[in-house]
Amino acid sequence: MDIFRGLKDYYWQNKGLLWGSVAGLAIATALGLVYPLLLKTLIDDMIIPGRYEGVTGLTLLAVSVIVVKAGFQYVHGFWGGRVGNRLAYRLRNACYEKLQQLSFSYYDTARTGDLMSRLTADIEGIRQFIGFGFAQLLNTGLLLVFGFAMMFTIDWPLTLMTLVMIPVLGYVAIRFEQNIHPVFRSIRAAVGRLTVRVQENIMGVRTVKSFAREPFEIKKFVKENVDYRDNHLSLASVWAKYFPMIEFIANVSVAALLLVGGWRVIEGTLTLGDLVALSGMLGLIVAPLWTLGFQINGYTQSKASGERLLELLNQPVAVKSHTKSLVLDDDAVQGHIRFEDASFRYANRDDLPSALLGFELDAPAGSVIGLLGGTGSGKSTAVGLLLRAYDVGEGSITLDGIDIRHIELQSLRKQIGIVFQESFLFSTSIKENISYGKPNATMDEIEEAARLAQADGFIRELPLGYDTVVGERGMGLSGGQKQRIAIARALLNKPKILIMDDATSALDMETEHEIQTAVRQVMAGRTVFMIAHRISTLRRADEIIVLERGHTIQRGTHDKLVRQPGLYLETYRIQYADRPEDLDHYEKNADGSGERRVSG
Amino acid sequence: MSRQFVYQDDELIEKPFNWKQMGRLLTFVKPYKSDVTKVVFVMTVFGMLARLAIPFLTMKAIDNAIHPKNGDGSLSLLVIIVSIMLAMYGMRWWAQRYTIQQTNEIGQKVIFDLRAALFRHIQSLSFRFFDKRPAGSVLVRVTNDVNSLQDMFTNGVVNSAIDIVQLIGITVILLVIEPKLGLAIMITVPLMFIVSSALRKNIRMAWQVVRIKQSRINAHLNESIQGIRVTQAFTQEKENIGFFDGMNKSNIRSWNKASALNQLFGPIIEVTSAVGTLILLLYGTYLIQSGTMTVGVLVAFITYVGSFWEPITRLGNMYSQLLISMSSAERIFEFMDERPAVPEKEGAKPIAELQGNVRLENVTFGYEADRPALKGINLDVKAGMSIALVGHTGSGKSTIVNLICRFYDTVEGRVLIDGTDIRDITIDSLRSQIGIVLQDTFIFSGTIRDNIRYGRPDATDAEVEAAARSVRAHDFIADLPNGYDTEVEERGNALSVGQRQLLSFARALLADPRILVLDEATASIDTETELRIQEALATLLQGRTSFIVAHRLSTIRHADCIVVLDHGEIKEMGNHEELMKRPGHYRNLVDAQYRFLSA
Repeated sequence: MDIFRGLKDYYWQNKGLLWGSVAGLAIATALGLVYPLLLKTLIDDMIIPGRYEGVTGLTLLAVSVIVVKAGFQYVHGFWGGRVGNRLAYRLRNACYEKLQQLSFSYYDTARTGDLMSRLTADIEGIRQFIGFGFAQLLNTGLLLVFGFAMMFTIDWPLTLMTLVMIPVLGYVAIRFEQNIHPVFRSIRAAVGRLTVRVQENIMGVRTVKSFAREPFEIKKFVKENVDYRDNHLSLASVWAKYFPMIEFIANVSVAALLLVGGWRVIEGTLTLGDLVALSGMLGLIVAPLWTLGFQINGYTQSKASGERLLELLNQPVAVKSHTKSLVLDDDAVQGHIRFEDASFRYANRDDLPSALLGFELDAPAGSVIGLLGGTGSGKSTAVGLLLRAYDVGEGSITLDGIDIRHIELQSLRKQIGIVFQESFLFSTSIKENISYGKPNATMDEIEEAARLAQADGFIRELPLGYDTVVGERGMGLSGGQKQRIAIARALLNKPKILIMDDATSALDMETEHEIQTAVRQVMAGRTVFMIAHRISTLRRADEIIVLERGHTIQRGTHDKLVRQPGLYLETYRIQYADRPEDLDHYEKNADGSGERRVSG
Repeated sequence: MSRQFVYQDDELIEKPFNWKQMGRLLTFVKPYKSDVTKVVFVMTVFGMLARLAIPFLTMKAIDNAIHPKNGDGSLSLLVIIVSIMLAMYGMRWWAQRYTIQQTNEIGQKVIFDLRAALFRHIQSLSFRFFDKRPAGSVLVRVTNDVNSLQDMFTNGVVNSAIDIVQLIGITVILLVIEPKLGLAIMITVPLMFIVSSALRKNIRMAWQVVRIKQSRINAHLNESIQGIRVTQAFTQEKENIGFFDGMNKSNIRSWNKASALNQLFGPIIEVTSAVGTLILLLYGTYLIQSGTMTVGVLVAFITYVGSFWEPITRLGNMYSQLLISMSSAERIFEFMDERPAVPEKEGAKPIAELQGNVRLENVTFGYEADRPALKGINLDVKAGMSIALVGHTGSGKSTIVNLICRFYDTVEGRVLIDGTDIRDITIDSLRSQIGIVLQDTFIFSGTIRDNIRYGRPDATDAEVEAAARSVRAHDFIADLPNGYDTEVEERGNALSVGQRQLLSFARALLADPRILVLDEATASIDTETELRIQEALATLLQGRTSFIVAHRLSTIRHADCIVVLDHGEIKEMGNHEELMKRPGHYRNLVDAQYRFLSA
């Protein structure tokens, strides 16, 4: 019940509708009890004594009872549906808002599929139960209480006898619930595995085909398919075991009533009319009982769903604005970034050492900082901390001298433009994708940003130009094209701080060079962070920091680093010096052309 | 509203019932025909018999045992009748149990067969098929669309058969017991039919709208979760929330409408059936009054008419369900009717051990009819040579290797391997002798060992390890928590790009192909791995014909022959020294690398 108390905010506003729906169902059920009574009157008081004059009136009464009952049935359905829908609407909005707020650290471990199923299947489960299941369960309870109370007034010993059935049925229903629960869980798992199997096969289709391993893939798939089938069959076994059993128990009580009641009629201690009435009522009580299994099932399912939703809704937000946080004046921001002894360790990954340790950096406005290092060296972590994707563990980061934790989150992020390692585009037009961070951007601004990112040319060649829809369901773009759109998106805002996290890996050198030049123009006087594997990308940075396992192992300009043994020089040699004479060629060339060089 | 995301909708049209498709679906039930017959037999004979007999037995118990018109009641007769009732209930218990078990068994087997057939067929399809479809849409066919037929096959087929039998049974009983009253009640059947089918059509359409809106919500959810980092970095949370609220509202509105219509159905049917009750009671008492009918018959009629509407309603629901299933069936069969774009030629022979000579003769090819990707390519590669393919995006580098692997067929010209047209070779035997390392290495969930072994399942552990050592992957694998037995989940996300690349090198090496293709295999490698990759490559290329598509000079320059492509044509060909001696594309490219370095 705690679960439903936790979700109260989402349905209690409609408690009027909720109780109205329950009342509608209860009245409809009560009217259902009236109909057999009318039939009894028709037969006993009119047909058998031959007093036919009241037949028309009684028939019309019976018909109007049916119609009114249908009306109340509709009241229940209509209001129940509304309650469920409003609940679903509020709950879904709340979950979505929560998803927007949760920090990067949450998404590092969350799975898309799991979140999706919470916002769809789990909300559906709650909708069904609050909208209909709750009223039905309550109705079954009311029917039991009132039905047996009415029976009690007719003949209490017989009623007590039939009541024996209730604990038996209750026991069976609980057993059913206990048995069905694990089956549902393993079905969920089987569905998940089947989906993953197919998804993997389709995503990896090129690998599958290139190794001609289709038969193997089919074998793997069949295994999951068998598993899926067998799980559903064990579900069917549980149904097959309990559903007919519940019906049988109910039927036995009807037969027992007929036997004992009939015996007492023969003995003369009960009238036939009473027996018929008792049988009729028992029949009405028993009818919904066999759906009890379903209802209990619906209750536990929705309880589990509610649990998952509350878990999401109560998830703490790791990074948030403080109440007294500062909103920056956009025009006054300089872009001077300082990392002071910044350390960070990913949560829940105690097995790993710190991702970043004692990181120091002073990047005055207008500087370009290059970051180099292998996977897990801490490059992306460093810029993530700046974006406040995560908060530093120790030390601090300041923007123009203000600790970024004291700046309002949105206000901080508005100063930063970022191009992520994986260029994610939304399912919308290229135009909308580029203006994502500034929805009211003009077409000129958009085209300007695209030109800077060397994207304008290929966009114009597309059949619909800037209106071409991209994203998962849209036009397929190459990795390099996506990267250029992502760069345009980051440049459009003319941010004070630009982060390019391995943002040009899929581009050829010429294009990259053009973009570099453009970035330098746009970002003059602003701060740029470049993460890259290519020396040519980092070469012009004011300071290059080489990271390894969270530690800063080298720092300095290109000219300094290329003259000291270390990872930077090694990388340089691989990329440029696979022939030793090439290096000489470069040295000579550089000196000869008289370009900016620090000698020695 | 600020920004409009674009999600493609399914079309909203009510298709007429398609018998041809239904027939096609039923062919999947055919193997279980005798099982279906058995279930229907058991349920109609035993289940229904028990059900129809109970009112009769109750009547007998009251009239003959408890309260006979003349004489005293008989307890022994009552015991006998109640015993028969119990026996009937027991029989029904058994029959229901059997039916539930069997219908599910049949249904699940059919679904299993259908899904397996679909998956098998998809495996036979070529790249062209996958090129034009997002992975999600293929996935949905195999999972959701097949699942939505599940209910139809488990309960639908058998229950409809049972319902039809029940309907006929009751109709016969009603007409036999009292033809006049029976006929009078039948008059309401067409009324019921008209009312319910009109209502049902509206309900169906309303649910379709809900489904479309729901799938739009799903698409947006999926996207917004995956793109959440971008959203937060660009501070678009509020805009997204606003957009979602609009979607959600419109979804709930359509849901309200559908739900209101849906909830109307039961009550409307009840009101319609009240017309039947009116006829039954008025005309029934009239018949009794005129002495042509007994009270017992009226009571029996009341019971039987009650169970007359039930199967009619259920069959109607079934029909609605069927129409919805039809759209799933249609999507499934659309895939089943796809023919592979690269078909196995009749009489194609498996090729024995390859030498590795590759020849392209006047090859022309285009992914789309009017846009050629390759124009008249001629290339002769001797066994053991390494060929580097160089050029801008869209120059045709990858297309050449795609054609050699026969992922596509040439439009004009032909590709020969050891002098045989590759279309005369079975696809399996061709591809199993070509190893391919792609830019985006695909790691399957499973252990590292299984992944390396992917191309050669019978390799021993020692061979797996040897392959990993040769491509310098052993060290990082040994560092993993469980070494070679470490499970990699969800496309190997825990591994770095470079590590994944090394794994795929090991995979290719273990498969020991005569021809090796590296399609931008070294593009996204990080510094850490770069050194190792260089050494690994040397091992990998030894003694094989190889095609290398790459940007990095360090990868290209050792090739025996460098082919420079531009807009689908070969511009230059030769080794590094030769090409550097003369001005041209290649020299510009190499110069550029240094120029950018010093610029």
